[in-house]
Amino acid sequence: MALLEVKDLQVRVEDREILHGLSLSVNPGEVHAIMGPNGSGKSTLSHVIAGKPGYEVTGGQILFRGEDLLEMAPDERAAKGVFLAFQYPVEIPGVATMNFLRTALNAQRKARGESEYSTPDFLKKVREVAKSLNIPQDMLKRGVNVGFSGGEKKRNEILQMALFEPSLCILDEMDSGLDIDALRIAADGVNALRSPERAMVVITHYQRLLNYIVPDYVHVMAKGRVVKSGDKHLALELEAAGYAPFEHAA
Amino acid sequence: MNLVLSKTDPGRAVGNVFVKANGRLPGAGSVADIRARAFDAYKRVGLPHRRIEEWRYTDLRALMRHVLPLAPQPDAAALARARAAVAQAAVEKGAIEGAAKLVLVDGLFAPNLSDIAELGQSVNVRTLREVLDDPANEGRGDLLLTATTDAVISLNAAMVTDGVVITVTDGTELSRPIQIVHVATTSSASSFTRSHLRLGKGAQAAVVESFVAAEGARNHQANDAVIVSVGEAANLAHLHVLADGADATNISSGLFALGASAKLKLFSMICGGAVSRYQAFITLAGEGAELSVNGINLLRDKQHGDTTLVVNHAVPHCTSRANFRAAVDDRGHSVFQGRIIVRPDAQKTDGRMMTRALLLSDEAEADNKPELEIFADDVTCGHGAASGALDETLLFYLRARGLSGKEAQALLVQAFLGEAIEEIADGRLREFVIVLAERWLEARG
Repeated sequence: MALLEVKDLQVRVEDREILHGLSLSVNPGEVHAIMGPNGSGKSTLSHVIAGKPGYEVTGGQILFRGEDLLEMAPDERAAKGVFLAFQYPVEIPGVATMNFLRTALNAQRKARGESEYSTPDFLKKVREVAKSLNIPQDMLKRGVNVGFSGGEKKRNEILQMALFEPSLCILDEMDSGLDIDALRIAADGVNALRSPERAMVVITHYQRLLNYIVPDYVHVMAKGRVVKSGDKHLALELEAAGYAPFEHAA
Repeated sequence: MNLVLSKTDPGRAVGNVFVKANGRLPGAGSVADIRARAFDAYKRVGLPHRRIEEWRYTDLRALMRHVLPLAPQPDAAALARARAAVAQAAVEKGAIEGAAKLVLVDGLFAPNLSDIAELGQSVNVRTLREVLDDPANEGRGDLLLTATTDAVISLNAAMVTDGVVITVTDGTELSRPIQIVHVATTSSASSFTRSHLRLGKGAQAAVVESFVAAEGARNHQANDAVIVSVGEAANLAHLHVLADGADATNISSGLFALGASAKLKLFSMICGGAVSRYQAFITLAGEGAELSVNGINLLRDKQHGDTTLVVNHAVPHCTSRANFRAAVDDRGHSVFQGRIIVRPDAQKTDGRMMTRALLLSDEAEADNKPELEIFADDVTCGHGAASGALDETLLFYLRARGLSGKEAQALLVQAFLGEAIEEIADGRLREFVIVLAERWLEARG
């Protein structure tokens, strides 16, 4: 069974249809890249999988391990192992990062019927992961993402990913706003999490990210559907030819 | 004639209450004269209503309708219930670590429930009743007079049965917080209390005032006043908590005067009661005085909570900071009124006031009224007010990380309140407020 099965998905925002019958199948251990021009519906897809309000699914389904994901609240999806790394991680003043991480991790564990982490185990784990991602300890004491640079915000997303150990990671434009060094650190963090049990969907506008996170499959989206799928070489083709031929094809 | 009658009706109703209570009110002679004058002043207005600007959002004629008769003097059974209520409140709502309690039951000081002996030599505590009843004390009537007055303070002066008069001698640093606890044990009755607190030069203290309803005490009205003088370079942390029984009415007034270089950290919390108003009148009367006044209103069901603040900068070089937060659920109604007055001489005043309300349901209501009255020309003053709902983007982020809708809301409300709560410098007082706020959040449906 595929880990994630998107079938003929149609999605509206207000009166506009954004996705017109998108299909995608992702197996455990695979890394899929979704590329496409602005407005092709890449972020909409990531939001609908994570359960963001404001989108109306008018047709199709999303199955996660065979279960209907669209019937679940966003927190149920998270507890089942779906993780969205946000393109624009929000700032939450007054909520200390450490407190947030612990609350979220224990909420997920509780929902799965697992025991809560003890404080020493939790701290040890956070410190380890933070160190590997070059996240200083004092950042963890600050409000969530408050005063963080673009790179720090993205690293904080990956820190959460490492901590929550989801089985499906969706990375929405992880490279946006990052310089090359920040991108390398973030990508190393993601690569360290690749495993035979875990799948990743990497959404990006540029091929550059895929030099660091090398995908098994590349899908090109245009005008709300997947117009071409291939292996990592497709990304290089795109880099050379641009999106114009695909938009035309759509 | 009918019109006149209806207009003065609330005054007439309480008129009977005053006459009936008269035999029970301490202080004869000049004190009785002061009471009678205060009652006349009250009667001219009656219960404040919406046409009086200061009471525009808290119309007591509509919310209270009338003043209930004075609670009877507590008997042994009532005192036992009061003791149980204080113990139970400590379990349910938390207690202030190390606090020495001064307990008033149905408006009368209860020595056997209080910890006066534990306060030591440098603190003098007397009851208002004994001071008012002491004919040798010529200035005793002054305890019923205040520079600032309004109808409810006048009514308090007329009807007050007891309170505590606390003096902290110069240079004393109190290690234990003092907690004045008011307990209501009677249903459909009222109590009128007034306390005085005087901090000598360089003294330091933390004083808390809170209200408890004993089991079965329903529909109680409390009218309380606290008159505080913070001496030169003295430092007072004061916390006023209204977490009354769900059907209680509480009108509390705090009148503060700060001497030169004095510091006052005042915090008001309303998280109970049907109708609550805390009004603080603070005069910065000595140069270099510093005021930090913060508060939170946590309201649900049909609760009405009003925090009203008048900061009076009377002299130059004083600083005031005010930060208020309200979280309103269901059909709750929160009111914040804040006025900064800068007198003509009060140059170099630095005054700021901010109020924000979080509306947690479609029917919740918040009225914010910040005002500046500036008569000096070399000052820095500002105020701001905002109200709105929880940010949907933040809620989704938290839910995408596994928090349920309720957990996500609680975390964001906590963060919102935290910015005011963090201003409580005394850790013992802060912890008490945090626990009350957490309990409120946990009880949200």
